[in-house]
Amino acid sequence: MIAYALVGLVLGLVLGMISPFTIPPQYARYLAVAVVAGLDSVLGGVRASLEHNYDTEIFISGFFMNGILAAFLCFAGTYIGIDLYLVAVLIFGARIFQNIAVIRRLYMGK
Amino acid sequence: MRELFTMDMKGKLTVAAVFMVLGFMLSAQYRVTESQKSVRQERVQDLTDRLKAQEAENKKLQKEIEEFKKNAASRISDSELGHLHLLAGTTPVVGKGVEIVMDDSKVPTKAGENPNLYILHDEDLLRVLNELRASGAEAIALNEQRIVSTTEIRCAGPTVSVNNVRVAAPYSLKAIGDPKTLSSALRIKGGVVDTFQFWGIEVKITEKDNVKIPALKVRNALEYAKVELPKENPMQNGTKEGEKK
Repeated sequence: MIAYALVGLVLGLVLGMISPFTIPPQYARYLAVAVVAGLDSVLGGVRASLEHNYDTEIFISGFFMNGILAAFLCFAGTYIGIDLYLVAVLIFGARIFQNIAVIRRLYMGK
Repeated sequence: MRELFTMDMKGKLTVAAVFMVLGFMLSAQYRVTESQKSVRQERVQDLTDRLKAQEAENKKLQKEIEEFKKNAASRISDSELGHLHLLAGTTPVVGKGVEIVMDDSKVPTKAGENPNLYILHDEDLLRVLNELRASGAEAIALNEQRIVSTTEIRCAGPTVSVNNVRVAAPYSLKAIGDPKTLSSALRIKGGVVDTFQFWGIEVKITEKDNVKIPALKVRNALEYAKVELPKENPMQNGTKEGEKK
């Protein structure tokens, strides 16, 4: 399983590096939020699997919904003068660290 | 961990796909950040290049100015240039002329009389200056301040402002011209000196063979006046050209 995940990750990284498609710099921060949201979802998935309540559907829907919603909210925020980018990065960043902490505990505690 | 290992093929593939998307986003983001970084570096480089280019252009233009100056100088004949320098007061001049030293009256003011009548004012100096000019003075200096077309002689409290420099009594007027004409013009009966002497204002006129008149010390940049070239009148231009030759 981990092999699949790693192969997918490497494949994605390579694709991203060689693809002619680039994000315009003004949209970079939305992608950044999506990246942070995605990292959070992946770590959440690992944590869930360690806690024996992993669900593929929840994982996938969470990954995409969180990423898209975070990016969209940030995008919408710029129109009403609220920098939701920082909020999203803060929240997702905090959750990433929390997830890492829980994963570490689950590994060590067992 | 069990779930992850006991997952069916479809689940594994979806997880792989999700990671692929994550990887794609990560590398895309990395590339954007890198490009932004390089943009910043490029900007510094760009600005440095532009600065260098501007400096080079500056030097080029400076050279051009010098060339133009040379050309302009060569277009005007030396004698004409000298004449212009004389009129503009940009060079020191020597020649025959007079030196007039004036000082406030030493006569004690009588009771009830205006003490202002016993001291030299800007108006008095202007009268002397006017008389000198009328009798053909070619270069004049007041207390080593060259009198040119833009020079003012104006009351400035107890002093007099000349070329925006304050000078005080005793005033020394130097003028180049025919010494006899100049001194007699001043000494004429009922003239300036006559009036001064009535109030006891001291005037000493000395005719000299070698009067040194300094150049204008500050050259004011002319801000508003622009040279209007006679484009529409070729005749006038022609005569000017002729005059030069």
